[in-house]
Amino acid sequence: MMRPRLVDGARLQYDDVREEHVLLIPEGAVRLNDTAAQVLELCDGRTLDEIAAVLSERYQGADVTDDVRELVDTMGERGLVIDGAA
Amino acid sequence: MAPPKPYTLVAELSYRCPLRCPYCSNPVDIGADRYRDELEGEHWMRVFHEARALGVLQLALTGGEPMLRRDLDELVAAGRDAGLYSTLVTGATLFTRERAEQLKEAGLDHVQVSVQSPDPEENDRIAGNRSFEKKIAAARAARELGFPLTINCVLHRQNLDRIEEILQLTEELDAQRLELANTQYYGWAVVNQQALSPTREQLERGEEAVQRFRERVGPKITVLWVLPDYHEDLPKPCMGGWARTTMVIAPNGDALPCQAATTIPDLAFPNVRDRPLDWIWHEADAFTRFRGTEWMQEPCRSCPLGRQEEDWGGCRCQALRLTGDARATDPVCRFSPHHDVVVSAREPGQTDEFVYRTLRPRRRATPPLRAR
Repeated sequence: MMRPRLVDGARLQYDDVREEHVLLIPEGAVRLNDTAAQVLELCDGRTLDEIAAVLSERYQGADVTDDVRELVDTMGERGLVIDGAA
Repeated sequence: MAPPKPYTLVAELSYRCPLRCPYCSNPVDIGADRYRDELEGEHWMRVFHEARALGVLQLALTGGEPMLRRDLDELVAAGRDAGLYSTLVTGATLFTRERAEQLKEAGLDHVQVSVQSPDPEENDRIAGNRSFEKKIAAARAARELGFPLTINCVLHRQNLDRIEEILQLTEELDAQRLELANTQYYGWAVVNQQALSPTREQLERGEEAVQRFRERVGPKITVLWVLPDYHEDLPKPCMGGWARTTMVIAPNGDALPCQAATTIPDLAFPNVRDRPLDWIWHEADAFTRFRGTEWMQEPCRSCPLGRQEEDWGGCRCQALRLTGDARATDPVCRFSPHHDVVVSAREPGQTDEFVYRTLRPRRRATPPLRAR
């Protein structure tokens, strides 16, 4: 996926009752850990490499490209993220 | 043990509806005086905020036809303000491009359009209203504005053979989800069971068509296929378990654990005009009575499959209707001593005539089917 973005109508939100991040989708909610929430927040049309670069900076230069790709692919298989470049 | 936090609030804004579907899940006495007194907007707005504080994330704005509420846009905005993800569940005859734009502006997240059949004439006959063309126009307007779109189609003997066409229509309309709900026998569907009950072969062909579609289309379109209870031999966790995931608010403010709960005669339903949602969820008898597993009788209590916390005993309303006892094991279960009632109800229907949903009071409801 070149430029991952959330599918139409998906909305990231912090659930302050359960104290966790969720991706709200039609008639469902996907619970997210902090890392997943950070990645999805950046799925706004920028490239995978750009997303990885932003996160790498947050994590003292660690190479997170593979982790980001894996997460984005998993979300893609579930129909939650699509390729904005396609 | 603390009760689970609910995820979904089903807000039945009004029982008025331009459609007259013969399987409507609304109560058969929707014309009764007590439903005429629809909740004021300010109550709904308070309820949305209280629901979020309880843990609710999903708001279903439904009915009847929710678009008949004049203050719908304000209610949508209040839902968004409360932090809820909102779905408009609509027959779509009033969902014009202009209204769609206004609702988008107000913060609506998702639109669910009902289609009674992919064939225009059949759709209009089942809905009891010329509505097919409006529904198609509504679905297109929703997509043009970037709403995620769900098509829902209630399945029964008279439209199940068109399942390939409904799948094709869903794809043409660029919908993201398709809910294929085989008729469950609550509300008006009980009155029309003879016109709705499908054959085993229809269900098998339907399921195969869905399977082929899923393989071809992949995650782009989610197809939900809900097998009718009568053709199963283990119960479903009705509503995800009694008062575990969902709260339903009727148009008059009565709070229910499910849409059909009013059929249980000795349950008293609290009203959101009188009580905060937190009290209703945690304290009201209507919510606590069948929550968890303590209330269960045999054979649930010593379930040989250990499914107590998987199916939560199945459906209370169905247990009542088919056995006369709301505490009984759902007779869909093969371990229920009343399972034969379900087996004999698998007979396909014998008539094409519908008794249409109406707000006019019915003289007498069809007598409930009970165990001998």
